[in-house]
Amino acid sequence: MYLKELCELDGVSGAENAVRSFITDKIKPYADSITVDAIGNIIALKKGKSSDKKVMLSAHTDEVGFIISGITDKGFLEFKTVGGIDTRVIISKRVRIGKNKLSGVIAMKAIHLQDKSERGKVPKVSSLYIDIGAKSREEAEEHVSLGDYAVFDADYELYGDTVKSKAIDDRAGCAILIELIKKDVQYDTYFCFMAQEEVGLRGAKIAVARVKPDIALVVEATTCADVSGAEEKDYVTSLGKGAAVSFADRSTIVREDFYRNLLRVASEEKISVQTKMALAGGNDAGAIHLAVGGIKCASVSVPCRYIHSPCGIAAVSDIEAVYRLADAFLNRIDEFLE
Amino acid sequence: MEMKAITQCWGPSGREGKISELIKSEAEKYADEVYTDALGNLIAHKKGSEKKIMLAAHMDEIGVVVTYIDENGFLRFSNIGGVYIKRLLNRRVEFANGVIGVIDTESDNKEMKLSKMFIDIGASTKAEAESKVSVGDMAVFVGDYIETDSVIISKALDNRIGCAALLEVMERASGDNDVYFCFTAQEEVGLRGAKAVAYSVAPEYALAVDVTDTGDTPSADKMAVKLGGGAAVKVMDRSVICNADVRSLLIELAKRDGIPYQLEVMTDGGTDAGAIHTSRDGVKTGGVSIPTRYIHSPSEMASKADYNAAVKLLTAFCEYKF
Repeated sequence: MYLKELCELDGVSGAENAVRSFITDKIKPYADSITVDAIGNIIALKKGKSSDKKVMLSAHTDEVGFIISGITDKGFLEFKTVGGIDTRVIISKRVRIGKNKLSGVIAMKAIHLQDKSERGKVPKVSSLYIDIGAKSREEAEEHVSLGDYAVFDADYELYGDTVKSKAIDDRAGCAILIELIKKDVQYDTYFCFMAQEEVGLRGAKIAVARVKPDIALVVEATTCADVSGAEEKDYVTSLGKGAAVSFADRSTIVREDFYRNLLRVASEEKISVQTKMALAGGNDAGAIHLAVGGIKCASVSVPCRYIHSPCGIAAVSDIEAVYRLADAFLNRIDEFLE
Repeated sequence: MEMKAITQCWGPSGREGKISELIKSEAEKYADEVYTDALGNLIAHKKGSEKKIMLAAHMDEIGVVVTYIDENGFLRFSNIGGVYIKRLLNRRVEFANGVIGVIDTESDNKEMKLSKMFIDIGASTKAEAESKVSVGDMAVFVGDYIETDSVIISKALDNRIGCAALLEVMERASGDNDVYFCFTAQEEVGLRGAKAVAYSVAPEYALAVDVTDTGDTPSADKMAVKLGGGAAVKVMDRSVICNADVRSLLIELAKRDGIPYQLEVMTDGGTDAGAIHTSRDGVKTGGVSIPTRYIHSPSEMASKADYNAAVKLLTAFCEYKF
């Protein structure tokens, strides 16, 4: 699985080029056709034994990050967040900016200069800036333009069963799809690597209108809050307890038959699964299930602590479980199409 | 169909199987074809050679979903649709299998947060609770059906009263229009069913048939709609500005047939009209609403006269030669 390579690539929403090139290169030997559409989705068709049905597997290529929105006289960069990022996690973090991967640090006024009321509050993004060491606007402009993207500059590390990285959401899904396209499929299967999920399921909306599948499975990463200070009822998912199957989130209520079938198949195949225990978040299923007259759609997710931060943490065994469940879904597709 | 049966039937958003079956059994008597789609919408088609018209009434109701079961058998839950969190204490809920629970809260919950509330189904252990209910199971609010000379009181008048109206119109309406009676799923969580069915039906004209708020209770927020004031012809709500031709036609038909009507501008909340009017190339969409007090409570109240007026107006619309 190419998880490390994929996580290390930069691909903030709208600038997924590097991720797209990597994936296209890896799947080329296995796909019967590859289309890159106007918004930057990769739609790879793997022909099945039968063309009676169309199946969609979906993972998104983009990650949360930043976009440069201004340069000050002193050469500091103003920025906006792209996708849902908690301001509290970004202060003092390293970022890479633009195609040349210029190093910068997200910074704020030092503690000595903050008054009491400021110290107790979460700062606004507009009060933060990126310091690239430039001494003037002119010097900064030599390296950076407005509209350049910045991404968390964080290493991928593996400790035993645990992966620490940026962008596990959703390069884990991309890595799984790259493995699955190597296998034979029953029906024509569209492996879709979606752009711009993090800014509102935009890529998926377009891809699904093109593919018009009979059924779709979204392979994702999801919130995991099994952490110090949280009560078990608020965990949403737990690390190492298997693939997370959602009955609903804020964007989708999954058909009961689809949800129960996923749990049943997991049990029969001895794949460890957990029910996602909250209606938190949303993903491309939200766009897919409502499209072109309505599509059967569910999601299977990798639990990821500290999601949307430079240091997401996921369990290798959970990623393996999601892979196996998505694989079982394809192998036993007729049971889901009934 | 009996109003009691259709309002008391179980069917939270996304789990409309039971209510869909109930409506289907009646719709099959009058429609040429009745079918469901991937979202769970129920579509009853009365074929005709003239204009393609869609009437949409959502059949889902608000409810709750179990997110966690603790070691003592208490359930934690999340809301399905627009539930007034601050009014949940000691409400009864019912699961699909008939299990009843009571909502209460941890004692320290001044802000009335949902995360501190729980459902008690009378189980004393996790295992006992799990033998009755699973994480992911949904429940609806219990609210008995009461009928007086003038009004109906029940849970889920929003929008089973609209579904009842569609069934009655289906039975009565004649004429040559090609009419799709759509009982939509998942309206309460964001007009989701209507979005899918508007695409698949691709109508030329559409009406959303739903309940609307009233402004006639003591110190109510300002709103012109009154209980007993007639069928409400929708001008706009938060999701739609109704097509002017459709609105004018509804008014014209009401005047022609002497049907009591009032105009509706609802500033809170949207309806399926919001999803339908932007579908495909755009759909000429309006709405006929039934004024209802205490919407999203177990004791919603509507007027029988308003309901009858809405049925007459919708029938006239379906029969109109465009």
